[in-house]
Amino acid sequence: MTRISVKIDGVSYTDDVEPRLLLVHYLRDVVGKTGTPIGCDTTNCGACTVHMDGMSVKSCSVLAVQADGSEITTIEGIANGEWHPLQTAFREEHALQCGYCTPGMIMAAADLLRENADPSEQEIRDGLEGNLCRCTGYQNIVRAVRRAAQSSQAVQSSPATQAGATS
Amino acid sequence: MSTDTQVQAAAEIGRARVRKEDARLVTGQTNWTDNIQLPGMLHMAFARSPHAHARITRVDLSAARSMPGVVAAFSGADFAGEQGSLPCAWPVTEDTVVPDHPPMATEQVRYVGEAVACVIARNRYEAADAAAAIDVDYDPLPAVLDLRTALADDAPKVHEAGNKCYEWSLVNGDVDAAFRDAPVVIERNYRHQRMIPTPMEPRAVVCAPSGNEFTLWSATQVPHIVRTMLALETGIPEHELRVIAPDVGGGFGSKLQVIAEEALTLLAARKLHKPVKWAESRSEGNLAGHHGRDQWQRVRIAADRDGKLRGVSVDLLASMGAYLMIVTPGVPLLGAFMYGGIYKMDAYSFHCTGVFTTQVPTDAYRGAGRPEATFAIERTMDELAAELGMDPMELRQRNWITHDEFPYTTSAGLTYDSGNYEAATARALEMFGYEGLRQEQERRRANADPVQLGIGISTYTEMCGLAPSRVLGSLRYAAGGWEHATVRMLATGKVEVVTGTSPHGQGHETAWSQIVADALGVPFEDVRILHGDTMASPKGMDTYGSRSLSVGGVAVHRACDKVIEKAKVIASAMLEAPLEDIEFSGGTFQARGGSGASKTIQEIAFAAFHAHDLPYGVEPSLDADATFDPENFSFPHGTHLCATEVDTETGHVTIRSYVAVDDAGVVVNPLILEGQVHGGVAQGIGQALFEEAVYDDEGNLLTTTMADYLVPSSVDLPSFDTDYTQTPATSNPLGVKGIGEAGTIAATPAVVNGIIDALRPMGVRDITMPCTPQRVWRAIQAARGDAPAETGDASSGTGADGDTRSGITKTPPNSGSPAASGEGEVR
Repeated sequence: MTRISVKIDGVSYTDDVEPRLLLVHYLRDVVGKTGTPIGCDTTNCGACTVHMDGMSVKSCSVLAVQADGSEITTIEGIANGEWHPLQTAFREEHALQCGYCTPGMIMAAADLLRENADPSEQEIRDGLEGNLCRCTGYQNIVRAVRRAAQSSQAVQSSPATQAGATS
Repeated sequence: MSTDTQVQAAAEIGRARVRKEDARLVTGQTNWTDNIQLPGMLHMAFARSPHAHARITRVDLSAARSMPGVVAAFSGADFAGEQGSLPCAWPVTEDTVVPDHPPMATEQVRYVGEAVACVIARNRYEAADAAAAIDVDYDPLPAVLDLRTALADDAPKVHEAGNKCYEWSLVNGDVDAAFRDAPVVIERNYRHQRMIPTPMEPRAVVCAPSGNEFTLWSATQVPHIVRTMLALETGIPEHELRVIAPDVGGGFGSKLQVIAEEALTLLAARKLHKPVKWAESRSEGNLAGHHGRDQWQRVRIAADRDGKLRGVSVDLLASMGAYLMIVTPGVPLLGAFMYGGIYKMDAYSFHCTGVFTTQVPTDAYRGAGRPEATFAIERTMDELAAELGMDPMELRQRNWITHDEFPYTTSAGLTYDSGNYEAATARALEMFGYEGLRQEQERRRANADPVQLGIGISTYTEMCGLAPSRVLGSLRYAAGGWEHATVRMLATGKVEVVTGTSPHGQGHETAWSQIVADALGVPFEDVRILHGDTMASPKGMDTYGSRSLSVGGVAVHRACDKVIEKAKVIASAMLEAPLEDIEFSGGTFQARGGSGASKTIQEIAFAAFHAHDLPYGVEPSLDADATFDPENFSFPHGTHLCATEVDTETGHVTIRSYVAVDDAGVVVNPLILEGQVHGGVAQGIGQALFEEAVYDDEGNLLTTTMADYLVPSSVDLPSFDTDYTQTPATSNPLGVKGIGEAGTIAATPAVVNGIIDALRPMGVRDITMPCTPQRVWRAIQAARGDAPAETGDASSGTGADGDTRSGITKTPPNSGSPAASGEGEVR
């Protein structure tokens, strides 16, 4: 067992974990952050995407011990008082059906918008290639990210906008 | 209630409401089955067969039992007395071979991935470790992997009864006459590859025992069916079993199933008196969850020289895989009536042979039988058009049922209640810019452009809204096709609706609220939809076959009507007016010709609750049940047009534009309709271009991960250009039709027709799906004579082909199976 300390969605946790424990299982089974789901076992689907020190990672491909000392943001912590613009945009644009890929898709999109505040449709498609959705055909996801980008630019200084990138 | 509210309420159906479901889904407040943690809960993991076909000679659990955290380990023998046989609800003929199908194999395994033993441990890691320590000895037997040779006399047998599961036929009209003197006969053979449905949420089950009672959570589309079937299978009484489908992350048919792991989780929980969870990995799901499609088709069309169809004749080989699951044999029958598509003809025949192989069983995958049928007719219409030198759209227009001919009884015996193919097609052609693209195609052909342009057409219809119970009975399906709903007015005027449908992404909470808001004149926000728990919703037939709206939504609507009828009795007393004078509109009851006094439905609900002044004999409640059994299927239709660019040097296919104009009758929520079309088309494109479950020669599945089984990603798909027409269904009071499967049914032939259209001048007549760059490139080389033609198997470049001839046919229809017809030969 290895002792790790991780700040997750603003709360500090210290736990003894097996060195092989995946971050996603730590989040889900130990901390109870079940908002982050698991869709595959080969890092293809991206459903488990979270932010580690502000960058998106697929939490099935990170060991919990690698997250020691880091700050993790999950879908459960991306809102800051009010919904993150991506959460709002996904709903408004009907960018989800079953919703299973949605947490990872939103976290990956937030990281995309951090790098590129005004991505084109093609840049969004390229940026989300590592996140699979089986319900929507991606079109409304692309729309939602465009919409969030536009609304983020309109409220660039709002804390909610910053939450996805840095919290 | 104010006039404003009335106007607003009446407008709910047809309104693009954002979904009620989304609030929890976008914030991670979800309740997937694998999220469930119960005190003392144990985790189950399986040892699965590494052989496609083998006798089990020894199972040694001793090493596994001694592993840390392991509470128990079981082999099939440990469950033998109680596990029963997994159910098949659709033995399509009297003599269908229904093999014994124990959830855990006891003597023999028949596919790679079949469960042979399990461990139950404290956590998922310990369970996985211990499962790997299970030691099983096998005596291998020969694999049976090719449908076309599986019926040969000397083929190894999957089951003692042999490899033929059933034969099923449908003949209408004089097929021999239609073909005998036909000036043109087109014959084509098509391969529908094995597909892995791949919802994003893998399967998962949790079972909690409480004395003799059990609560079972499952990532399922069909909690009601699971409850009944598990009770029949295990002997646990139905009333002591509660099944819950919590949030479910997609299904596409894969979760229309009663799975071995549900039975085994239940039985393990019963043995151990502890809650047990099983959550599969993606690889485990690809191996052991049912697959879809896997058919070989021989399709023949007879026509006159002017393009008028005379008849269609279909001969099908359908893989069952190793066993029959819930509707395995019935899937081809869901297509059996649809190979005539939207066209008029004199005669029709369909013949199907179900075949056992040593592969994971097949069952429903989005569209289930209808994508195969639609592909066959729409692909072959293009081939006929080419033979006749006619524009493929013109050929369709010459043959389709016109809007003034509905209701129309087809050559396959179905009565299409309504449709307007002209309107949907006209809109699609306009959006697509058909003539301009044809001109560009001509230019590119003339210039020998290395990137050729193709136009793919799919004018589809389908039968959905499963289903009239009488029809299901006549097809030997074990259950009915009705749906149930309860509508309850609460004391405060809010509305609780119980539905027997079980959504897993479709948005029933939103759409049903819209229906109820209009019917009762209550605010959309005041309606709550309860579903997916057999305790809250004891009666239902669940969600599949694009049935939820046209059967379940109609049940909800009917229950609302009954609530209003009862409310009128109470209103009559409160308004002191005769019952026959009470009128209801927009949530308000008034007496015709009365004083103008009125009561809102909320006031009536409160009156029913306090019950102080109810008329004698009126029960103090305002609620109603309704069960709707449809009279007919629902027949959505539409026109999909796909412009494909094919790089003739690399074989790479790009979808340049995709237009879909669908007609699903009255649209309850255009946002949801559009979403269903997008996702459906994406899956249809997936079959055309990317997806295939591949087995090696020994029966090992090679596509066990998402790195091998290629679900389309965001860069693989275009933006779709969609619209809809609305031709109301006449078979239900809402005028609605299904839309869940339509996109998938329409899209696959649209894409492949586009590819072939691009390459036809080069001599390419077909390419086996998925049309990967390699297969497209090889097809081009073979057509040029630059490469040896490949024959035979599913990996062949130009595989599916057949015989086109003008004049008198030499072979009568159904004279041989596709297996005997020189399948896959390139001519």
